[in-house]
Amino acid sequence: MAVPTYATPLEKLWHYTFRLICWLIFFFLVAPIIIMMPLSFNAQPYFTFTLEMLEFNPQGYSMRWYQELFASESWMRSIRNSFVIGIAATLLATVLGTLAALGLSRAKLPGKGLIMMILISPMVVPLIIAGAGMFFFLSSVNLANTFLGVVLAHTALGTPFVVITVTATLVGFDHSLTRAAANLGASPTRTFFKITMPLILPGVVSGGLFAFITSFDEIVVVLFVAGVEQRTIPREMWSGIREDLSPTILAVATLLVLLSIMLLTTVELLRRRSERIRGMSPG
Amino acid sequence: MAQADASMELDNRSGGSVEKMVTADGLPLKTSLRRAERRSKLFAFALVAPLLGFLLIVFIFPMAQMMWRSVDNPQIINTLPRTVEALEAWNPSAEELPPEEAYAALNADLAEGLERDRGAIGRLQGRLNNDVSGARAAVRSVAGQAGDRSEPFKDKFIEANALWGEPAIWRVIQREGRPLTASRYLRALDREYAPDGSIQMRDEGQRTYVALFMRTFALSATILGLTFLLGFPISYYMATLPMRYANLLMIFVLLPFWTSLLVRTSAWIVLLQQQGVINSTLVGLGIIGDDQRLSMVYNMTGTIVAMTHILLPFMVLPLYSVMRGIPPSYMRAAKGLGAKPWTAFRRVYFPQPLPGVAAGGVLVFIISIGYYITPALVGGQSGRMISNEIARHIQGDNPGLGAAIATLLLVCVMILYWVYNRLVGADNLKLG
Repeated sequence: MAVPTYATPLEKLWHYTFRLICWLIFFFLVAPIIIMMPLSFNAQPYFTFTLEMLEFNPQGYSMRWYQELFASESWMRSIRNSFVIGIAATLLATVLGTLAALGLSRAKLPGKGLIMMILISPMVVPLIIAGAGMFFFLSSVNLANTFLGVVLAHTALGTPFVVITVTATLVGFDHSLTRAAANLGASPTRTFFKITMPLILPGVVSGGLFAFITSFDEIVVVLFVAGVEQRTIPREMWSGIREDLSPTILAVATLLVLLSIMLLTTVELLRRRSERIRGMSPG
Repeated sequence: MAQADASMELDNRSGGSVEKMVTADGLPLKTSLRRAERRSKLFAFALVAPLLGFLLIVFIFPMAQMMWRSVDNPQIINTLPRTVEALEAWNPSAEELPPEEAYAALNADLAEGLERDRGAIGRLQGRLNNDVSGARAAVRSVAGQAGDRSEPFKDKFIEANALWGEPAIWRVIQREGRPLTASRYLRALDREYAPDGSIQMRDEGQRTYVALFMRTFALSATILGLTFLLGFPISYYMATLPMRYANLLMIFVLLPFWTSLLVRTSAWIVLLQQQGVINSTLVGLGIIGDDQRLSMVYNMTGTIVAMTHILLPFMVLPLYSVMRGIPPSYMRAAKGLGAKPWTAFRRVYFPQPLPGVAAGGVLVFIISIGYYITPALVGGQSGRMISNEIARHIQGDNPGLGAAIATLLLVCVMILYWVYNRLVGADNLKLG
């Protein structure tokens, strides 16, 4: 968007003001996230830049909050829990969601609208309501404060993302390929693993990543249904923020931001790959 | 499904001139096709069934169970059946106490309940306490010796706890001695039963939830307005840039989108708190004095700032994808035909991305009216939202009230979702 040569001075002024406004908004979006990173190396237990830090004096920086994080029993347990619960829920959600998306794309199911509504509902219902419902339900079947309970709840919350991404991949799917495979004598299982799966894999993986991040970042349901033993990273941060705000939280936050950058990059690469495979974009 | 059986042959066995299409196994083609379609439908359904069943059990059923809890009212009728029966003839609107028989029946019910199931007495206490404060203590003070108490029950009850000498608690037992109740919904709407059974507003000082609902809507509308004000320019800017640069800028939107909610919330605490980055910078620059540090967090400002930041990507993503599809030639044409830049923008450009604005707007509004974590962490008192009350009651001593508020909120969300569906269609939901 360059300023045309015939623009009046007023138009030029507006053009640059507009750009400035936009960059301020971008700054608003990322600054809070970026600013935590240097602060997590603060040598002092403050949430602001000390004089030493501003002078780039090495004395102002330290790894103490990272050391504290890795020495802490409860933080380590929460990291373990987050991965165990996240991976278990992701596997379940991916298998269930992919199967359902395949089924939905195949035939004109009667009541497809209603089915779709049910499958999407965990994404639409506010988490606080889902959490309350799960709390009553899991307590009534004696699964409150168990890993299984949390995993089941997170699986339910993650499935809509898998259904949506896989369905989106299947929109451009050429069904004559599977018919051709069958015609050439492949069994339905073989057709699925040799033809369908490789083509929809990017969608499945990015759906799985969405499901993982949903579980990994989920806190409301955890607050309701998890006990001390099942505390995840967000749950530990919640207590950290409420009880004693220490810069250890900034160290955790920095690591989480790095993790989300990794996930974001993966999803973006997958999306491009998927578009390329299906010939939807030149490259 | 590849239909091997659809390989057909012409049926000439009948020798007639009519050529009937049949499959290899001799069935008419039509029947075979129908059968294959049915099989394909069944197979498709078998693929959907595991997830459907899973969600029905683990998600839909719990929602229904929660709604049921908002009206379910077994405690009084199950524990005090005789008392409820004895109160049938009593006129609750007259300012007089029920007859001695009611007290005798209550004593008998308590004695039996104590013997059969102590937990039921506890639940009864909790239930009565939801509607009459002090009822828990009142029941406890008379339940213990119910087995050995003798006439006159009325005087002894009133002596044990003065609450038994007031009609209020008896009205509740009479009115709520049914399997279902609407009292939690009345409470959630700041209403109550008058002594004569009609419905009235609660006292000024006890009204909470309607105001909180209103505040939740007002806060959500503010956040919606802010996300629009901030989201529109950057979406427009990105839409006018070449794809390459726009994709780079998209990272600025996607990074917060993918960053943990707790991280973003704590980032705002770090920035906004009294000893935080913004205040310290302002003090360091001498703009404000050390004793004038602004309180920007643990109040409504904190909620609005943090939630606007968190929800902005939900506005930008749909808006940007709509704006990408708008040909820039329209604006040029408008200007070429003599429109001033502002007129061209207002009359030609602005109406085009409106569907995207509507989609993003409803999405932001839906998410924010049910938001819990951020208001709970940075909201303080003035930034509380209705979800905080749900959480408090569900885990507190009145889960039924929590369930009723949650149901009301769910109805609001469902209506909005229906609107959203009309605007964009659930199938067009896009991620990232």
